[in-house]
Amino acid sequence: MDQQTDLAGAVPPPNPAGTAIKIFGVGNAGLAMLGALNPAEFAAAQFAGINTEAGTLAASPALVKIHLENKLLRGLGSGGDPDRARALAEEQFLILKSACEGANVVFILAGLGGGAGSGISPVLAKAAREAGALVLAFVTLPFECEGNRREAQALQGLEQLKSAADGVICLPSQRIFKLVDENTGALEMFRVIDGFLIEGVRGLWQLLTRPGLIQIHFADLQALLRDRHTESAFAFVEATGPGRSREAVENILSHPLLDEGRALAESDAVLVNLTAGTDLSMAEINRVIDQVKRQCSQAQIIMGAALDPAMEDKLCVTIIVARQEQVATGRRFSTAASTSGVATGGASAGGGGSRESAMPRSTRTRKAANKPIQTQLPLTIVSKGRFDKSEPTKHNGEDLDVPTFIRRGISMN
Amino acid sequence: MFDDSNIIAGLEVGTSKICVVVGELGPDGAVNIIGLGQARSRGVRKSEIIDPAQVEEDLRGAMFEAEQMADVEIRSVYLGVSGGHIRGFNNRGMHPVVSADREITPDDVEDVVKNAKAINLPAEDTVIHAVRQHFSVDGQDGVANPVGMLGARLGVDMHVIHGNANRLQNVIRLVRATSLEVDDVVFTGIASSLALLNNEQKELGALVIDLGGGTTEYVVYANGVMRHSGVLAVGGDHVSNDLAYGLKVPLSRAEKLKIEFGSALVNEETRGQTISLTNELGLELKRINLEHLQRIMSLRLEEIFELIAQDLERVGLAEYLRAGVLLCGGGARVPGLVKLAENVFQMNVTAGHTCSVSGVTAALDQPEFAAGIGLVKFGSLKTRHREGRSFLPRGLKDMFGKLIQRS
Repeated sequence: MDQQTDLAGAVPPPNPAGTAIKIFGVGNAGLAMLGALNPAEFAAAQFAGINTEAGTLAASPALVKIHLENKLLRGLGSGGDPDRARALAEEQFLILKSACEGANVVFILAGLGGGAGSGISPVLAKAAREAGALVLAFVTLPFECEGNRREAQALQGLEQLKSAADGVICLPSQRIFKLVDENTGALEMFRVIDGFLIEGVRGLWQLLTRPGLIQIHFADLQALLRDRHTESAFAFVEATGPGRSREAVENILSHPLLDEGRALAESDAVLVNLTAGTDLSMAEINRVIDQVKRQCSQAQIIMGAALDPAMEDKLCVTIIVARQEQVATGRRFSTAASTSGVATGGASAGGGGSRESAMPRSTRTRKAANKPIQTQLPLTIVSKGRFDKSEPTKHNGEDLDVPTFIRRGISMN
Repeated sequence: MFDDSNIIAGLEVGTSKICVVVGELGPDGAVNIIGLGQARSRGVRKSEIIDPAQVEEDLRGAMFEAEQMADVEIRSVYLGVSGGHIRGFNNRGMHPVVSADREITPDDVEDVVKNAKAINLPAEDTVIHAVRQHFSVDGQDGVANPVGMLGARLGVDMHVIHGNANRLQNVIRLVRATSLEVDDVVFTGIASSLALLNNEQKELGALVIDLGGGTTEYVVYANGVMRHSGVLAVGGDHVSNDLAYGLKVPLSRAEKLKIEFGSALVNEETRGQTISLTNELGLELKRINLEHLQRIMSLRLEEIFELIAQDLERVGLAEYLRAGVLLCGGGARVPGLVKLAENVFQMNVTAGHTCSVSGVTAALDQPEFAAGIGLVKFGSLKTRHREGRSFLPRGLKDMFGKLIQRS
């Protein structure tokens, strides 16, 4: 194996909030995502790439490059075998650990299903935790057409990652397939998927680094992240113009990855963070939080707001919804007792317009993973009984014909 | 047989029952209820007709019963209407006084009322009621009768209740098909409030909630006039439906459970209690957790009140209700409902009792007949008005004449 960079220099300068963040791209897909991140925007973070294949690694813009290799591979990579990649990573565990040294938060970007992503990510997550960092992974699952083997490898990798990382936000590519125009080119499709994940990273990043008008404390996030063994969903929406708060709320409530807002009703913890230019008004914050609250009156809500002059009249809302029951936790977490003032320029101008991404995902804390879990089948169809065929009674976007206890997510068991 | 001109009948085509109330107008203008007929309603959902043939059959049954009991022939009825399409709002009309001496004449009053009614409604909507609130003369508010006063500008505030013309037509046509005439169409929320409120309560400010089978109507009076009204297309049917869904029992069973074990609040002593459902042989089919039953009901009823409370908050009337909240309609029978409403509205709540009618009292003082009795009362006020004996209080005016004739 060779290390192309001196690991001693791997500690990024802590940003003003005292949060040192490292972003790792693992495997070919992870490196592609890392390459798509705008370095200016994430200036305070340190980028690192890990792969078993020298070629793609060399092309990556990452500062720190770790090439895992031994003679058996002959420079050909892991050959799509996660076991081989995992063995390799475990062999180099200390190197991975030292690469994570000094960071408070480690983001792992990876595409599961292949060798490196599925095999190395869980080991990296473990190494990072041992190094004392909070670990958040953003991963994609393969398309159905990629075959059973890759799917099985991906799910296995996801399980391992869930038990190793503090939070996993997972985006099943197949789901995106349905949201994107079917004539989209393959290359463009991958870009879209990467885009979704990157917006997740960006949303989290903003939470961590923007000056907090209403700060989300690290402790809040930690609590949300670690105790709740739930399934979570994630959405990031942007809106501009005078009606931006209303538009943002509408986008959230109609978000396909939040099940058109139903995920909110079933949630028991919700984190909402708003980022906007300096003209962000309290009324806007209030309007967004109020509407969200209305959807999930039972949930614990953690809200935050941050300013970024570069956003001008844009409003970004990041929302993480942790669901009841089920055993996984999703979340975004941010670290750092306070969001810090590294306003990275260019900001989330990306994509423009109100691009939204959300990733349903599940994460599970390590404790939970070791216990047998009794899961519950989701109630997919809520019948309206005798009102099935009548005109629905809509009130503020809620269908009052659906039993109140269902809409409020109160379980009767 | 009585002289027909003294007979007033109120007909309410409700979601759970069709009810006919027959009253006799005494020479002194007092109403005496002499008959009552009801039938289970099978062709109505959310207060709107979904099966006209069924409704017609049920309607004939209720009519027959009422005619038998009152021993009269009913030729015309005051028809109660409701439904989620009905809305109420306040409108103001202005009119310049043109006469040389600036004295306001009855003609001016007529003109200003006409102006207030000229409102922008959706094309398919029609006005059901336009209720006069107060006049204002040159910006001086709260004038009850401006005729004879001096002023340059006369204004009037009205509460206008409107609804979808076709849907209102449906029920009118159906009643006419049974060879009954429709004297007038009345929003059932107004009818209920007429039955429950006395003048003092209207003056103090009161909210009347009629929790029906398919819809919940509410009307707010303050300072003696109607200030706000609304309909939520949610009612007792929804409670039963929630129970059927939540407890996984058939709807008919849910209905029975609701009546037998229902409560608007979760009682401490029911915690952990179960009821077993048995089949006709006495074998146990299913156990139902009583706490779940009550919680499901409680959540639904609480939500209905919360929606109304939010609406009142929105229009800024929550502070005006010094006489509190009055409940009526079949839903008002649910035990603990008064307490629940008190929790939500944070004010005095009472189960409403019909006042100022006489007759078969024991049968009448049931919350579900409030609307029917109110219809008769509306009819009596109208009849007196027509005979010119007195001015119809608060100017309930019929704008429905045209509509009725058209059908």
